[in-house]
Parts: sequence; C-alpha cells; structure tokens
Amino acid sequence: MASSMFLAQRRWFLSLPRNLSNARFFSALPSEHPVSVSGPQNNVGPESNKFEKASSAPSSLKEPELAKFSAIADTWWDSEGPFKPLHKMNPTRLAFLRSTLCRHFRKDPLSARPFEGLRFIDVGCGGGILSEPLARMGATVTGIDAIEKNIKIARLHANLDPTTSTIEYCCTTAEKLVEEQRKFDAVIALEVIEHVADAAEFCKSLSALTAHEGATVVSTINRSMRSYATAIVAAEYLLQWLPKGTHQWSSFLTPEELTMILKRAGVDVKEMAGFVYNPLTGRWSLSDDISVNFIAYGTKEK
Amino acid sequence: MNRIICCNNRIFATKAGSNVYRLRIPWRPLSNDAAPLLSSQNAGNPEKESEAKQYDIAIVGGGMVGLALACSLASRPLTRHLNVAIIDSNPALGRKHFIKKEDLPDPRVSTITPATISFFKDIGAWQFVEQHRHAYFDKMQVWDYTGLSYAKYNARDADKEVLGCVVENKVLLSSLLSRVQETDLPKKIYPSRLNSMSILPNSSSSEVDSTLSMTALFTHGRLAKLELEDGNSLYAKLVVGADGGKSRVRELAGFRTTGWNYSQNAIICTVEHDVENHCAWQRFLPSGPLALLPIGDKFSNIVWTMSPKESSEFKSITEDNFLKAVNRALDYGYGPHPTPSILGSSDLFSWLKGGISKSANDCFEIPPKVIKLASERMAFPLSLRHANDYASKRVALIGDAAHTVHPLAGQGVNLGFGDASTLSSVISEGIAVGADIGEVSLLKKYEADRKPANVMMMAVLDGFQKAYSVDFGPLNILRAAAFHGAHHISPLKKSIISYASGETRLPLFA
Repeated sequence: MASSMFLAQRRWFLSLPRNLSNARFFSALPSEHPVSVSGPQNNVGPESNKFEKASSAPSSLKEPELAKFSAIADTWWDSEGPFKPLHKMNPTRLAFLRSTLCRHFRKDPLSARPFEGLRFIDVGCGGGILSEPLARMGATVTGIDAIEKNIKIARLHANLDPTTSTIEYCCTTAEKLVEEQRKFDAVIALEVIEHVADAAEFCKSLSALTAHEGATVVSTINRSMRSYATAIVAAEYLLQWLPKGTHQWSSFLTPEELTMILKRAGVDVKEMAGFVYNPLTGRWSLSDDISVNFIAYGTKEK
Repeated sequence: MNRIICCNNRIFATKAGSNVYRLRIPWRPLSNDAAPLLSSQNAGNPEKESEAKQYDIAIVGGGMVGLALACSLASRPLTRHLNVAIIDSNPALGRKHFIKKEDLPDPRVSTITPATISFFKDIGAWQFVEQHRHAYFDKMQVWDYTGLSYAKYNARDADKEVLGCVVENKVLLSSLLSRVQETDLPKKIYPSRLNSMSILPNSSSSEVDSTLSMTALFTHGRLAKLELEDGNSLYAKLVVGADGGKSRVRELAGFRTTGWNYSQNAIICTVEHDVENHCAWQRFLPSGPLALLPIGDKFSNIVWTMSPKESSEFKSITEDNFLKAVNRALDYGYGPHPTPSILGSSDLFSWLKGGISKSANDCFEIPPKVIKLASERMAFPLSLRHANDYASKRVALIGDAAHTVHPLAGQGVNLGFGDASTLSSVISEGIAVGADIGEVSLLKKYEADRKPANVMMMAVLDGFQKAYSVDFGPLNILRAAAFHGAHHISPLKKSIISYASGETRLPLFA
C-alpha cells in the first residue's frame, strides 16, 4: 500500500519486469510472490523506529517496494517532478470517485462538499495527493501509508490549508486498522494493490475496513500485452523514467482477477472504468478501455 | 485595478470593441520599483495582518470582464459559495444604479455577439441590459472606397435572428453590477487600486510551524498577498487580472507580451440621424475603416480609424465640418459607389457563385445621413498586444489584460467574456475534483482552452487590418474578389457570420 499512487500512473509506462526471463507473464495471482504476509506482531512500542514499525506490522506489503518509494518521497508535491504523471491523472481519478460515490451515498453532485459527514480512508496515501482533494470535497479523511516519510510529508503539506489540516495521517497498514476494528464509509486504495505481496489478503483487509453499506474503490494496472509493451518500450528503454524493476508486470491483476478476489473478500464490483492518456493534450480521461489502467468500485455485500 | 482603463479601452466597441485604446486618464504611474517586490518583509508585518482578509478569489479590475467573471461564478452551483474580492477604484461600483435611461448615449459602446448574449442570459445579466438602451442589428454592409466591391450580410443567411447587438459599455457594466449585487455570492468591493502583489514559491515543507495563520500560508506559497494603494491588504488563493490593456497584475506577475502599434488612431463619437438605423455599416477608406453602428433610438456610434495626424485634425474641426466629412466618407467621398457591373462581376466571379446566397440580391445602400453630433469626439491609438501566458501559479489573466485586439469587427470584449466564462468553468471543474483553485495545472487548462481561440481571432483581425490599410492596385482587386466571394457564396458567408458571432471556434474555412 505504500506510496502507491505514484506508481499508479506510471506503472504502465514504467513497469518492467526486472528480469524478463523470469517474468511470469501470465502467472495467476500475485500471492506467489516471494514476500508474503507476515504474521501478526502486535505491541510495537511507539518509540521504536518508525520504518521498522511499519514494516514489521502485520502487512501484505513487499519490503523492497517500501525502500523504492521512501527514496523519492520528497518530491511528492512537485507537480513537475517524478510524480508529474500522477498529478495529471489525479483529477480523472477524482472525477470517477465523485461520480460513483455521490451516487452510492445519494449525495448532491452539485454540492461543492458532497462528502460532508462521510469517513473515507485513503490506503497508501503517499504524500496525500488524493487525500487532500477528498478532504476539500468534504470527507473526513484518514490517510495511511507504510512509509513514515510519506506520512510526514503528507501531514506537513495538509497543515498548510485549514480544510485539509483535518486529515488524520497515520503510518500504519490496512491490516493493523482491521485489528483495531476501524470502519469507514468508503475505502479507497488507488494504485496500491500491485505493490502488495498478497492481493487476496489485501482485499480482505479493505473489505473488513468497509462499513456496512459502504463502498470500496480499487485501481491498478492491467496485466495486458499492451501495458507490458508500453512499459518496456517507453519507460525502460526509451525514457528511463524509473529504476528498472519498479513494477513487476507479472504481479499485475487483470480486471477479471480483481473482480474475483474482491468478490471472495465480500465486495461486489458494480462499476469499472479505464483511464486513457492522450499524449497530445497531456490529459487523462475516463473511458471504457480497461486494457491498461483501470478503476473498480464495489459495495460490500450483506 | 483601474477600471477606468478597462472601460475605456472598450470604448470602441464598435465594432470593435476593443481595447486598444487607452485613455489618458489618471493612470497613475506606479513606481515600478516599489511594486514587484513585495516580499517577505511586508509579509510579516503584524499591524496590517490584523486587518487583512482572506478570499478564495481576488478579481483585480471591476470592469465588464471582471464583473462578468463574478456573475459567472455566482451562477454555477460549485462556485457560488466562493469568497470573492473585487478591487477597482471606479466609484460607480459602490452605487446601485449609476445610469439613467434618459442619459445621452455614451460613445463607448460594444458590439455584442449572439454568443455573448447567451452568456449574459446564462449568468442572469441580460434582463438588466434589456431595461436600457441597446440595439440589435440584423444587417451589415461592408464596402470599400475603390467602388470595386461590397458585401452585405444578413442574419437570415446564417439562419439567425440577429447579427449582434450594440450596447453602451456603461449599460453592460451596470447590468453586470446589478446582477452581481443581487446574487448570494460572498463578495466585497475594494475601492482602490493594486499596489503590489506577491506570491512565494511553495516552501519545502520541512520547517513548518503548523500554525494556520495567513502569514504562514502566504510564506508557504498557498496564498497570494495583495497590497492596495489605500493601505488595505488581502490574501487570495487565486488572483485574476481583469485590469485591462495596461494590466498591473500582468506586470507584477512578470508575464511578457507580444504586440505592435498600428500607428493609427480611432476617433469615436455618438451621432444622431433623422431616421432609425438598424444596420451596421463599415466602409474601408484609404487610411482605415469607418464604422457606423446603431445604438438605439436615432443614435449611431462612429468609429473611424485614421492616421494620428488626421485624427487630431478631425477632432478639432467644427461640428459642421466633421458631420460633413462623415457624410461624405459614407457616400461619394474617396471613390464611387460600388456597382456589380464595374467589375463585370457576373463574368469575373461567376466561377465562384456555386450557391448564390440569399442576400446577394440585396443591393448596395447608402447609410442614413448624420445630422448631429451627440457626444464629444475622442481619439485613441490602436495597438495589438497579447500576453505570452495567461496563467501561472495563483494568477490568471482575462480580457484585455491577456489580449488587446484591433477594434475591427468588435471582437475585443467578446473575447474577454469568453475568457470569463471559460475561467469560471475551469474553476468549477477544479472544485468538483477537490483541487486548490490556484494550482497552476488547473489554471493552465483555462489557458489551453482560450489561447488558441484568441490568437486565431487576433490573427484574422490583424490580417484584415493589413489587407485594408494598403492602397495598391492589385491588392484592391484581390480585396474586391474577396468581397465578392464573401457576398455570393453561401457557405462562406455563413461561416464568416458564425465565426464573427462567436459560435464557431475554428477559423473561417473549417
């Protein structure tokens, strides 16, 4: 769940199997990944090293992912920096959230703060790029990330605006909050699931955090030939935007797989949309093309 | 900031509308040195701090375009709650009704396109315009002094009711003001001028003291700080420069401009006929176009472009001589009336006449005689100026601050209203997705939307200006051919009309 978002958008540009010969192009589920869910370890003292704490908490995270994101955390809010593609994609993701969640919670889409009174959690909040707009839209937002540095940056940035200073940022994991029995009206994990070691466990946690009649929103990158080709040609060989190995193409989920593991976790996917990037205008838009980046909204089954 | 300037620029409206002209009015030379700097010392001044207020948007310049932005924000569900400050020293903004119906027409008028009319209807301001003097026109005749050609445009060629409407600037301004006053938009008018503006870069967030004072927000680049001449200061997430062709906001924000002067002046004034006029007339004379626009009752507005030397002469001659010169220029002066036979047009241009347009049979008419001068004569220099950027962090330019065009065709203020409409829509889209409205990535969407449209219109008008400012045989024939083309080919005529009415974004022949 770590700084997920960031990978988010870039992932299809960037993601490349570190070692092509090892890439299991059509491997089924990411649970086969080397890093698996660690067993519950409670009682980590508050004074202990934060990073340590995060990574030793019960979690479906992959440790090498944490180190990767920690290294570039400082540039979260530089809209021309490494996260630029994410900043550009953000309005499109938010447009999807606004429209589906207004419908789900029967809120007035013409209100400037439609989510007033609703508790949202942004899992893998990174520097807070998604949490802040959600707070401006009225939601009571909790942002969590396993990387302490991200949380620090997110908190400092949010404190600069009275409407976002109410966001609760925590360096923790979804699993940990499940243990604490926290519930949220909407659980949002954008561009995170491809970085976790066990997607099925992760979805169970998301489901457990979702309140009765709440909504769950997950976005990720498809494991399609197109996402693979784009990533190799554009990101690795031509642009060299990211260190090799930022993404493991083989751990991406297809829309069918995501729907299935969410279903098993008790979340019924209601709507799905694709994000497409227009290189001429530099803008992202929503589309029904889910072959690369896609987002799914589901409700918790009774 | 200086409304005077804004308004005056428009003066022309005439067909023109535009701006370019600057009145020599009390534009007070701002010390350049003082301004740009604003800076951190001021930022921390504790005394002022207590009085300073924070706004979502500060609109610098309460002229037509600035107030149109405020009305447009007030009319959108997602922006009507925004806290808006309007900074303008025009005392009229403090009054409720500052014009009277029986006032003589002001020579500063604008030609409003159908697109602008529907924008005014959307923001709820058109009802106020209708209570005052305004004049729709459904015909327009354009011809030149060589007698080789003329073109007549009729609204019905484009299946429209009207080609446009001529409205005095003070009517537009007071209508927008009445509208903004009756809306619930939280707003405050500061009767002063902008002295300085400062926007600091986003600070690296490491040493934030997590206090939320405005000073802290300003220091970290989350608010712009404005200082006014009357000593007030305020903070805003977004500063909109609607302060006219000599925009102080543009200067303080460091936007560069590109442009040139035409070494031409325009004389404007109001005249009276003994009959009502319902047609817009424009004749190209050797030194520039002369336009006669209906403004309601028996009045018309004149915009006459000429060399600076001629303009000072025409400004100082007696009323009688001036009226005689106008009547002559609209009739036999400088050259004969055009008649189709002169060029043998039926042969020469017959290949062009695929579809005969409906008004092609309208024959050439002589405009109604001018019998009386109803205002003083004013002269303004013409220029073209375009800001290289319309937006940067926490700053956006609209209207003349972003682009000053040749008054030909009356597009100036219409482009400005288009800016106001687009900017408020972009702000609304930003609020829908929880964006900070001063974010440069959001504001650049406004720029990307408006710049191509404005540049295109400016290029077309500049091209017209150049094509008509030369008296050279072959060019005259080409012009005549262009006129004939425009006059006789329906699709072309239709596209010219719809482009000029603000309904088509792409150039003429698309």
